[in-house]
Amino acid sequence: MADHFNLGGQAWNSRLIMGTGGAPSLSILREALIASETQITTIAMRRVNPATSGSIFDLLKELKIAPLPNTAGCYTAGDAILTAQLAREALGTDWIKLEVIADDITLLPDPIETLTAASRLVAQGFVVLAYTNDDPILARKLEAVGCAAIMPLGSPIGSGLGIRNPHNIELMRSQLTSPIILDAGIGTASDAAQAMELGCDGVLLASAVTRAQKPDLMAAAMKFAVRAGRDAYLAGRIPKRWHALASSPERLTTKVQASNSVSRSPKSDLPTISAANPEEDQRESPQF
Amino acid sequence: MNIILNGSNEEVSDDTHLSDIVLKLSNSSTGIAIAVDNEVVPQSLWLSTTLHAGAQVEILAAVQGG
Repeated sequence: MADHFNLGGQAWNSRLIMGTGGAPSLSILREALIASETQITTIAMRRVNPATSGSIFDLLKELKIAPLPNTAGCYTAGDAILTAQLAREALGTDWIKLEVIADDITLLPDPIETLTAASRLVAQGFVVLAYTNDDPILARKLEAVGCAAIMPLGSPIGSGLGIRNPHNIELMRSQLTSPIILDAGIGTASDAAQAMELGCDGVLLASAVTRAQKPDLMAAAMKFAVRAGRDAYLAGRIPKRWHALASSPERLTTKVQASNSVSRSPKSDLPTISAANPEEDQRESPQF
Repeated sequence: MNIILNGSNEEVSDDTHLSDIVLKLSNSSTGIAIAVDNEVVPQSLWLSTTLHAGAQVEILAAVQGG
C-alpha cells in the first residue's frame, strides 16, 4: 500500500519539503530541488528588486513543485497576516507557512504572535502550516485553532544542531492528530531520519542542503533519509534491551560451557545470565 | 505628488495608476502582489487604481527564502 503524505487536503508522495534560502545560485538550487524529489518548496515574499534576474516562482512552476510561501521576517501577527494575504494574491495559493519570529538573533518563533496570527489566518481561509517551538502544549493550541500542520523546530534556524529535544517531539506526536513537520535545525541526513523515526510526518529543510558543499548530493541524501526514517517508524523498531539477545540458534555444546563459565560476580548487581535458563533475564529494559 | 514606494519617497504624476508603477519596477507582473496603505489590491484592480499623495505602496515578489 502506498504511504501517502496527506497535507492540506492533498496526498503527496514526498515527505521532504524543501526551502530555497541560502542557495548560491538558481541553477544550483534547481539541481538540488530535482535531486530531492520534493513536491512542496517554500519561498519568501520581499519588496520587488528590479535588479533581480531569474524568478524562483518560475523555477518552481517549471519543476512542477507546489510553492509554499512563508512569512519569514515578520515579527508581529499583523505583519504576518498582510504578508500571507500578499502571497495568496501573488502566487495564487491559500497555503502559508506561518513564521513569526521574536528577534533576529535567535530567530526563535514568538509563541503569542504565532498563535494569534494562526487563528486569524485560519478564519480567513488559509491553509496554515505553523512554524513553532518544540513545545507540545503550544502545538496542541495551534492544532485547536485549525492549523493544517504543526512545524516544530529541531533547533534554531540554520544552526544545523539537529533535534535538541526528541522527547518533546515524541510527546507532540502522542498528543496530536495533525501532521507534524520537523522544521529548522536539520544538519545532516541522520537528523532527518531521526525526525521521521520520532513519528513526524515530514521534514522541512533548506540550509542543510543549500549550504552543503555539494547541495545536490545532500538533497539526495535527505530524500533517502526521510524515506528510511519513515519506513523505520512504520516497521516498528525493536525494544532496547539491557542484555544481548543472540540472533543465531543456540549450539548444544555452547550451552554446557556457558553454564559453567558465567557466574555471579559478588560485587555485581547485575543478575546472572544462566545459559541453561535464558528466560531468567526478565529484568525490564532500561530507558536510554 | 509624492508617494512612499517600498519604503522610499517617489514623485509620480497625479494620474498614475498602480499598473504604471508595476511596469516601472518589474518586467513581469506574475508572482507579484501589491498593498496600498496595508490593504492588498487584487491584480484585477491595478489598471483602475489611482493613488493619493502620501500613499504607502508595497510591491512584493517571491524570492528565495525559508
